Amino acid sequence: MVAAMTTDTQQPAARTPRTTPMAAPTVTATNATAKPTRIRLEHINAFYGQKQALFDVNLDIPDNTVTAFIGASGCGKSTLLRCLNRMNDTIPSARVEGAIRMDGTDINSPEIDPVQVRTRIGMVFQKPNPFPMSIYDNIAYGPRTHKLYGSKADLDELVEKSLRRAALWDEVKDRLNKSGLGLSGGQQQRLVIARTLAVSPAVILMDEPCSALDPIATAHIEALIDQLREHTCIVIVTHSMAQAARVSQRTAFFHMGKLIESGPTDQIFTMPKLDQTQDYITGRFG
Amino acid sequence: MNTPATPAIGTRKIHPADTTFRLSLHAAGAVVVIVLLSILAIMFMGGKLAFDTFGLGFIWGTEWNPVTQIYGALPAITGTLVTAILALCIAWPIGFGIAFFLTETCPEKLRTPLGVAIELLAAVPSIVYGMWGFFVLAPFMSEYVQPWLTSTFIWIPPIGDSFFWFTAPPIGVGMLTAALILAVMILPFIAATTRDVLLSTPQLLKDGAYAMGATRWEALTGVVIPAVRGSLFGAVFLGLGRALGETMAVVFVIGNAIRMPDSLMAPSATIASVVANNFPEAEPGTLDLAVLLALGFILFVVSFGVLAVARFLLRQERMS
Amino acid sequence: MKQLTAATRARYFRRQLVDRVMGGLCIAAAGVGLILLALILWMLFSNGLAGLTLDTFTKPMSQPGSGGGLANAIIGSLLQVGVGAMIGAPLGMMVGVYLSEVGKESRFASIVRFVNDILLSAPSVLIGLFVYQIAVLPFGGFSGVAGSIALALIAMPIVARTTEDILRLVPQAYRDGAIALGSRENEVVRKVVLPAAFGGILTGILLAVARIAGETAPLLFTSLGNDIWSTDMTQPMASLPMAIVRYSNTPYPEWVSLAWTGAMLITVGVLVLNIASRFSYAAVAGKQGG
Repeated sequence: MVAAMTTDTQQPAARTPRTTPMAAPTVTATNATAKPTRIRLEHINAFYGQKQALFDVNLDIPDNTVTAFIGASGCGKSTLLRCLNRMNDTIPSARVEGAIRMDGTDINSPEIDPVQVRTRIGMVFQKPNPFPMSIYDNIAYGPRTHKLYGSKADLDELVEKSLRRAALWDEVKDRLNKSGLGLSGGQQQRLVIARTLAVSPAVILMDEPCSALDPIATAHIEALIDQLREHTCIVIVTHSMAQAARVSQRTAFFHMGKLIESGPTDQIFTMPKLDQTQDYITGRFG
Repeated sequence: MNTPATPAIGTRKIHPADTTFRLSLHAAGAVVVIVLLSILAIMFMGGKLAFDTFGLGFIWGTEWNPVTQIYGALPAITGTLVTAILALCIAWPIGFGIAFFLTETCPEKLRTPLGVAIELLAAVPSIVYGMWGFFVLAPFMSEYVQPWLTSTFIWIPPIGDSFFWFTAPPIGVGMLTAALILAVMILPFIAATTRDVLLSTPQLLKDGAYAMGATRWEALTGVVIPAVRGSLFGAVFLGLGRALGETMAVVFVIGNAIRMPDSLMAPSATIASVVANNFPEAEPGTLDLAVLLALGFILFVVSFGVLAVARFLLRQERMS
Repeated sequence: MKQLTAATRARYFRRQLVDRVMGGLCIAAAGVGLILLALILWMLFSNGLAGLTLDTFTKPMSQPGSGGGLANAIIGSLLQVGVGAMIGAPLGMMVGVYLSEVGKESRFASIVRFVNDILLSAPSVLIGLFVYQIAVLPFGGFSGVAGSIALALIAMPIVARTTEDILRLVPQAYRDGAIALGSRENEVVRKVVLPAAFGGILTGILLAVARIAGETAPLLFTSLGNDIWSTDMTQPMASLPMAIVRYSNTPYPEWVSLAWTGAMLITVGVLVLNIASRFSYAAVAGKQGG
């Protein structure tokens, strides 16, 4: 922790022009072309009661890309993730300031209906949380809620498509009417992802989606994330540096509620601009 | 890579389904409060004639005479308090013993079936206890228990010249029999609640005491009971609340004599039994009915106090 | 061990003795309590079974000597308890949902919770007296409807309390999952939270039905009782508890016998409901764990 304290104090002096790190699109090393920005965060400050959890975060999240949020526990990365689909609205003491622009609309504005934000921005949680109903009903929940289908056949097709996209169809196609709680942890998490896909979100937020899973299930989910990137924008919070390196194209590093550094993943992992990031990546961090 | 054109995200509008949902739920919550307030108001308004006629003296008036239309609540209040407190004094030690047995000394195999049995017995309707008291316990009391009590405790000096403890004609029905029936009725209830309280003590706490070399009884009295004292009292008050307001179990065995008791075994009456017994003869609009409603008001206020204390003690524990 | 003084040993012995004696007393207490309760049940069933015939279920109450049954009282009880539960259970569920999902720790919710707890254990005789004043006097007479209202008021707080307790056990993750899919508050509760808690809520409703099925005092003031066949809820209506009261205070042995039978029937019904509620709860607990 001593190291953390000292690097933290060094930071503002070391790099001054870091208030809007992603203001200009950066060309990444891996992807030849930069993707267009899907979500732009402007001066995000978040509070839980009196405690400030995020300090003036500015970040661009590109489309068709996996963006990883990394940092130690309590650094604010999960808080920021919950800002993106207004989940913080469900916590009475939470308050989020700043603008979150998606396709030009500030979805953090109080006039915006958070329910509609969440239909566009899906979320997958740390622990798989299938509803205590059948596999089919789990997937059909969103389409039914939002009346996204015409006939029963449409719904069947949508359920199958979602399960296929989540690479779960072959494992569950014979037991769609069995409880979703009967699946293994990894299957449950893919079920939850399929449930999210069924409402065709433009963005999927994942809050440490593999932390409750074993290595094989984790590999499944990671492969899935890579496929999903083709059609969606994905933001993933992860504790595992290796996972961030494996699945993401862009990485943002947070510390004590501040965005310290962000950029292409291979750059962040190989030549971070800041010592503090370097310390965290290499494990020299408290 | 083409981004699918996203339709604009709508602005927040008050959604009718959510509004209806919230409003109806708030209304349901309000119903609960309204019911309680209405009970208080209706009892008070209905009993106003009695309070107007007798003033506050109604509460300590000892005479009850339908012929002269003079009514005092003290005999019924006395009967209520004496039977309820006596019942608690009998039921609590036994109930606590059962609870301790079930949580500590009972063989593992018997724990669940006995626990379930206790809970099922707590659900037996009170009228069943009343019938048993009337047909079985009262004759037994009159035949064996009361004569023995009278001859054994005749030496206890009376209070003044009006209260003779156990010296009374052995007619079976009376306060003592009512208290016994109430005790049997609240026994499973007290045992079940006390067991739940004892079970809520963290095992770590008990282990700590055992590790210090405490015996089971010492662990209970030294560590467990102090830790859950509030809840234990809460359970007792809940039992008291039940005993105070019980009607049918009492009506059968108390003798329904509305006068100041001259012994623990004398026929007497409780507020609930007076209300139930005298109701059929009380015509609407008369002082007779107003008196019953006034009694109901008093019972409600007393129960409210007892139950409020019980809930306060139980909730407090739950919070911490 | 040689160092143990006589005094230490004596104290150790005394402590052991206290433990044994108190433990023994507790076992004795448990024995006394269980024997008493077993005695009551034994009396109930031996007397109740003696009077149980087919007539009990097929014939209405009748004059002594002419061999009546309890059919009208059974039907009356079923009707009043059924209607009472149909009013009280939904209301109680809504109160429970309000406390757990909407009101939470707000000031009004705390008041509702407290008041509900009071009503939960309020003397039922007062509920009867209250309903007499609001639903019997103004409408010109005793009626089955008034009986049902009284029973509903007794069932409501029970259902409210169990519903709240059960809903609090529903994992927050279900709610979060539904919210993240863009569900509105009412959809989260109706489509995810309530179905997840269904078995537990059913338990509460069964317990409430068991409780009101045995209630006597409130009916005394509301539906009064009726010796003849009647399924008209606007008229005075018979019920098992009232039939028991009426029959036990008589000198006719066959009426007393029918009173025992009635008491046994109620007790069996109540116990069956209680056991059923345990199964419905266990079934749900199993599903949650699976």
